Amino acid sequence: MAPTRIAGWGRQFVEGEELQPETLDGAPPVLFRGLGRSYGDSSLPAASSPIVVNTTRANRIIHFDAATGVLRAEAGFSLADMNRTFLPRGWFTPVTPGTSQVTLGGMVAADVHGKNHHVDGCFGSHVNRLKMRVADGRVIECGPDLERELFLATVAGMGLTGQILEVEFGLRRIPTPWIWQESQRVGDIDEYITCLKDAAKDWPMTVGWIDCLTQGKHLGRGFLMKGRWAQAHEAPARFPKELPNIRLPFTAPEFALSRPIVQAFNFALYNSHWPKKKVGLTDPFRFFYPLDFVQDWNRGYGRRGLTQYQCVLPDSAGTGAARRFLEILSKRGGASFLCVIKDCGPESPAYLSFPRPGISIALDIAVRDDTQALIDALNEHVLLEGGRIYLAKDQFTRPEHFRAMETRLPAFQAVRAKWDPEKRFKSAQSVRLFGD
Amino acid sequence: MGRSLARLFVERGDWVALLGRDAEELARSQSDLQARGAPGVRVVTALCDLEDTGTFRPALEGVEQSLEGLDTVVVTAAVFATQEKLEADPVLAQKMLTVDFANTIVFCEEVRKKLLLRGTGTLCVFSSVAGDRARKPVVLYGAAKAGLSAYLEGLDHRYRSQGLTTVCVKPGFVKTAMTAGLPTPPFAGDPDEVAQTVLEAIDRGTPVVYAPPIWRAVMTAIKAMPRFIMRRAKF
Repeated sequence: MAPTRIAGWGRQFVEGEELQPETLDGAPPVLFRGLGRSYGDSSLPAASSPIVVNTTRANRIIHFDAATGVLRAEAGFSLADMNRTFLPRGWFTPVTPGTSQVTLGGMVAADVHGKNHHVDGCFGSHVNRLKMRVADGRVIECGPDLERELFLATVAGMGLTGQILEVEFGLRRIPTPWIWQESQRVGDIDEYITCLKDAAKDWPMTVGWIDCLTQGKHLGRGFLMKGRWAQAHEAPARFPKELPNIRLPFTAPEFALSRPIVQAFNFALYNSHWPKKKVGLTDPFRFFYPLDFVQDWNRGYGRRGLTQYQCVLPDSAGTGAARRFLEILSKRGGASFLCVIKDCGPESPAYLSFPRPGISIALDIAVRDDTQALIDALNEHVLLEGGRIYLAKDQFTRPEHFRAMETRLPAFQAVRAKWDPEKRFKSAQSVRLFGD
Repeated sequence: MGRSLARLFVERGDWVALLGRDAEELARSQSDLQARGAPGVRVVTALCDLEDTGTFRPALEGVEQSLEGLDTVVVTAAVFATQEKLEADPVLAQKMLTVDFANTIVFCEEVRKKLLLRGTGTLCVFSSVAGDRARKPVVLYGAAKAGLSAYLEGLDHRYRSQGLTTVCVKPGFVKTAMTAGLPTPPFAGDPDEVAQTVLEAIDRGTPVVYAPPIWRAVMTAIKAMPRFIMRRAKF
């Protein structure tokens, strides 16, 4: 059989085989992978162990307690499935990333965060129990109060501590399945950061888009969206319509995301927000998952694919940190189609959890010859500011940069060595960054 | 595919019985369907093994009682192996032929009697596009499925007027555990999409349904190919 190829969301392919069993009971002791929405190589097999197990068929609900909202499900249960099942009943996940095409196992392994990080933290902090199979074949339960060390290494552990079989966490009651949103146009990056930090005091969910191509005075103009679940008296009684789902039928040519086109898009987007402030109802699908509308939107980045660069710049770096970052980016001419800046709250106790108090900047970057150099330059800057990058997005970071950013790595590696001394669970990313 | 279809049933409020041979798996699927189902949905299970004809009647009678009657029976189970494996292992070949042809039909006969007694009902059985035209990679499997499809067509001719609706599902290549490890051909389907197609066919009483539907066109083309091409073709 011809060798098969697997890629993360950024479409950087490696050779490997992906098994997709109906149940995880007899799965071989290799890396688990969910819906493959991590951008880089964190869900890809290491060259020395070319098999990964896709968990998406193991998507059964084990138990749901309609009184408390506690849900236990198999690791392959997806957020899209969860929303379809529980949103109409008035329940929603406490933390959601920007796509619903993720599995519970993936949400734990990457310790995903959302627009509400400044109030609710990461997904891992809402998990009560994980059922795992560790390297020696034992199936064990862990949680914040049970095998705590293993739990804290597994949350944000990118699947490297063992196989997550089941996840138990609490869903939240929502007043209506609608979102009350206020969005506000901002003229430059400094105004943006001020507004973002102000909004955090009053709004449970904040996120914003900025135009990172415009230079000078208008650097970082964009808009900030603030939201909360609508109350019953504000919302219609009906259930919102889901977004239609279209497929990109082909891989776009490279010029599709060239600088002038992105510039024109950014200009149009910015100017579409003509009133300074827009308020109103929206639905959770548009609010949380605007990109799920196009099923394979990553193909829009052409044959060479894309990478996402996401870093957190800590509060200690001061309010000018975002401007300095954008200046470096624009000096290097990085044309990013999507630049999202979010507010981050307190750091999680999970060893490799990404967010820490500050702001997070995420850029989608089409892969080109100079991508490695661009990522290196950004990483060097982030290091100077005392920040770090998000493993779930990374494909290009050098190990020395990562080790310098991630001071908690040795502690994580120590726990990992205890549970998996032979390193049965490794990924292309763990080989690249941790030297497995 | 059975799992996906059962979810669609319970979500709209149908009561469901799961038959299978692994009690623990059945229990897990049962709680899944219970949690997903509309309020008041009843989900029961019974042990039944297509390799053992003796399990058929007790399983059917048990669930008929706990669901207070059966109006639709869906058969998705089958044995599959590649032509190479079946040629190399006559025991496996015999098992495949027995389960996919003889025993499946014995099971359907039990169901036929029950549904005819009741006066109305639907029997939906997963056959395969492999039964439509003899092809090199599915000589044995295709033969069993061709026989099954013929049986289902006959059943439909003979009993539709008496209230028994037969739905023969012909899945093309669907990405499931059965096809794991095989190279994915064009037009491969996803179990959830197939389940949706099958549910519509059950509701309408469509006698033959291809899933994904594009396979009807694919198989029409393959059926039209002359022998000398099929002898050379690799598919």
